[in-house]
Amino acid sequence: MAVPVAFFAVFFAYPVAAIVARGLKAGGHWQFGRTADVLGQSDIRHVLWFTTWQAFASTVLTLLIALPGAYVFARFEFRGKQVLRAAVTVPFVLPTVVVGTAFLALVGRGGLLDGLWGVRLDTTVWAILLAHVFFNYAVVVRTVGGLWSQLDPRQEEAARMLGASRWTAWRKVTLPALGPAVAAAALMVFLFTFTSFGVVQILGGPTFSTLEVEIYRQTAQIFDLSTAAVLTIVQFAAVGIILAVHAWSVRRRESALRLVDAAHTARRPRGAGQWALLAGVVATVAVLILLPLGVLIQRSFEGPDGFGFTYYKALASSDSGVFLVPPIEAIGNSLTYALAATAIAVVIGGLAAAALTLPHSRLRSSGGTPLAGRLVRGFDALLMLPLGVSAVTVGFGFLITLDKPPLDLRGTWILVPLAQALVGVPFVVRTMLPVLRAVDGRLREAAAVLGASPLRAWREVDLPMVRRALLIAAGFAFAVSLGEFGATVFIARPDRPTLPVAVARLLGRAGDLNYGQAMALSTILMVVCAVSLLLLERIRTDRTTGEF
Amino acid sequence: MSTIIKATAVAVAAGLGLVTLSACGGSDSGKDSADSKTVTLVSHDSWAVSKNVLKDFEKSSGYKVTVLKDGDAGEAVNKAILSKDNPQGDVLFGVDNTLLSRALDNGLFQPYEAKGLDQVGTEYQLDKGKHRVTPIDTGNICVNYDKKYFADHKLTPPASFDDLAKPAYKNLLVTENVSTSSPGLGFLLGSAAQYGDNGWQGYWKRLKANGVKVVDGWEQAYNEEFSGSAGGRKAGGDRPLVVSYASSPPAEAIYSDPQPKTAPTGVATGTCFRQTEFAGLLSNAKNEKGGKALLDFLIAKQFQQDMPLNMFVDPVTKDAALPADYAKYDVKVDSPQTMAPQKIADNRDAWVKTWTSLVLK
Repeated sequence: MAVPVAFFAVFFAYPVAAIVARGLKAGGHWQFGRTADVLGQSDIRHVLWFTTWQAFASTVLTLLIALPGAYVFARFEFRGKQVLRAAVTVPFVLPTVVVGTAFLALVGRGGLLDGLWGVRLDTTVWAILLAHVFFNYAVVVRTVGGLWSQLDPRQEEAARMLGASRWTAWRKVTLPALGPAVAAAALMVFLFTFTSFGVVQILGGPTFSTLEVEIYRQTAQIFDLSTAAVLTIVQFAAVGIILAVHAWSVRRRESALRLVDAAHTARRPRGAGQWALLAGVVATVAVLILLPLGVLIQRSFEGPDGFGFTYYKALASSDSGVFLVPPIEAIGNSLTYALAATAIAVVIGGLAAAALTLPHSRLRSSGGTPLAGRLVRGFDALLMLPLGVSAVTVGFGFLITLDKPPLDLRGTWILVPLAQALVGVPFVVRTMLPVLRAVDGRLREAAAVLGASPLRAWREVDLPMVRRALLIAAGFAFAVSLGEFGATVFIARPDRPTLPVAVARLLGRAGDLNYGQAMALSTILMVVCAVSLLLLERIRTDRTTGEF
Repeated sequence: MSTIIKATAVAVAAGLGLVTLSACGGSDSGKDSADSKTVTLVSHDSWAVSKNVLKDFEKSSGYKVTVLKDGDAGEAVNKAILSKDNPQGDVLFGVDNTLLSRALDNGLFQPYEAKGLDQVGTEYQLDKGKHRVTPIDTGNICVNYDKKYFADHKLTPPASFDDLAKPAYKNLLVTENVSTSSPGLGFLLGSAAQYGDNGWQGYWKRLKANGVKVVDGWEQAYNEEFSGSAGGRKAGGDRPLVVSYASSPPAEAIYSDPQPKTAPTGVATGTCFRQTEFAGLLSNAKNEKGGKALLDFLIAKQFQQDMPLNMFVDPVTKDAALPADYAKYDVKVDSPQTMAPQKIADNRDAWVKTWTSLVLK
């Protein structure tokens, strides 16, 4: 437990605290009075209000659209299911710049909808909401669908045998079992949309701004660090509350449910109704997720002289002046960074998950103390915080704290993987935890009794059981690191841009060629993410659905 | 299946190895700035120079130049202020007159009088006597117009701030959000210089009533909304007036194939605000000597003449000649609006706030 705690203290708590303190301390005095000043401003209140209601609306919309999907993925067996499941997860690990761009290509000026029907949604709140659904569809499908596939359908059948109508059976049997999972998914979506940055910045125009966007503006553009610090604290508090509720609902989900192997619950759809449902979900996925991605790919090939590889070829040259290196090198940079970030995230996250499991199993065997349980849950929630803290705060914090020996890391490349690992760790912990907790502590004890060293016991007992989960966790951390944009953009060195940073830089430049190259790079990033997710689909087992 | 596991295991192991290596070996190139043979220039994303010009400097001075591009101008300055005690480089380029006071008040730079400063026009020397910054380039933020639109509609293009609020030009202008875009801010400052501290609000009310459109950034305004640019025409932009730069018409013409006789866009010369960019030696620069040599180079004739076609800005030195291609399409702006950096610093935040509630809400 000491290693992950130290890691978070040095690379998360310390930088964030330093930058917040810098903003709130003027002339050696704390300025807590600023909080009231800042919150009293009408435009700040407007931002708070917009942040909250768009997150709420996005969450409701995502649930409405994604729950049927969760059902279909959980209960139906059909051709291409694995590919489709990987496809809906791609947006989740794509950087928001790419998501924003994909939507702009669809609903913006001269976009597909504009060309067909003259419909333009950019700078409206609808574009933001739809992009949020696109982004978070996988969260619902994976969290709810994962559990759904392990619920024994015979329980519902039994209720129907006893005379309950189909609706009553579902409401009385399945819904209560699913409730906590739905709540957990809803809270995750709420967390992600509450802290939405890139999507709102690209699609929102000058009139919409979330808390996260406002923190960025106040820090990077207006340079009002005290306002930024107050807003950071407000966001911190909000995220803290969301995570606390999330932890609580997860705990409820761990209450005894009779789970079965998912392999036996899914079957081919029967009857017109079920086929129609399947078709409806596939159509929704096609329009909402595959279409924007498709537009992106199409534009990457649509060069000035017709369809072709013009933009891809341009990636290999460094003439554009945007970078000091050909944009294609961003691929190598991204892969290197992501590998390093994955390694860090797996080590830190694995240790954290193991630390979280130990008291858990001890609690089970010896009763334990409620305090220890609460401590563990607090630590659990703490590990999730980086998901909800503004990337610009972390980035600027790195800038002012990691510049002195022994932590003089600012000029080194390891800074980027460190920042990315912060985001990867929560995914590793979430994936590993359920599996580790399922390992029976008595096996370990038995091994110890038979004379095995703790290391040997771990290697012989735990490792074989968690190896797959570990691989899945690593894969997820890898994909998330590939897509990380917010913190990376602040610390990536200009001669070593990552794919998302390169895409953003290219988009910020005038000219056809730059736009085309941005599309081409986005496509490459998308393919890399999709391939790693598809590999995960192949090694995933039904016991390792995790919580994402 | 097992090959996948093996591959992933190898990958993870390799990643772990990398981390360990880097932990032991320290930085790869991070300590460059401590090396006196290397000089590091921190700049914004728009920095550009011809390769051979930079090579010439490296050959004649013996320094190797490392360039760190750090976001847009505001971001680069803010990061430099935050890391003042242990800066990322030796010289910062890209502080303009709207950001100058912020940089100076925070003690970002140390004085150095660059060689060749006598060639720099006095109107650009905004830190005269103290020499904490050196003027490097200048340009004007002006309304550009689509020549074809005004010819087709037999309408005279607007020439002044006043014209833009006239009914003849209703719903024709697109500008940028002043809180997120530097041309947007420049245009606001130009209007404040023209109408005074208390008059500009009334002017913007008239502009709003006359249908001015606001978008977030220059890219969107110029390449999507403006009907006169190559990008805008393609995207179906329908606003023939846009807040951009006096150097946009040369850029528009030079990047056309084939190059036209005259630029497709023009400049409303009575709507301009002068923007000057500076460079300075950072306070705790590790390579002071190299930084000074770099500053000398930035106002030397070779770099000054190389600048226009790379960054589309004008030289500040009197002896620099404009490249022929650039001069051919260049629009001369006689008396742009200006404002003292201190005044900008004093009013900027309040004005941006007032403007936001006046125009965006």
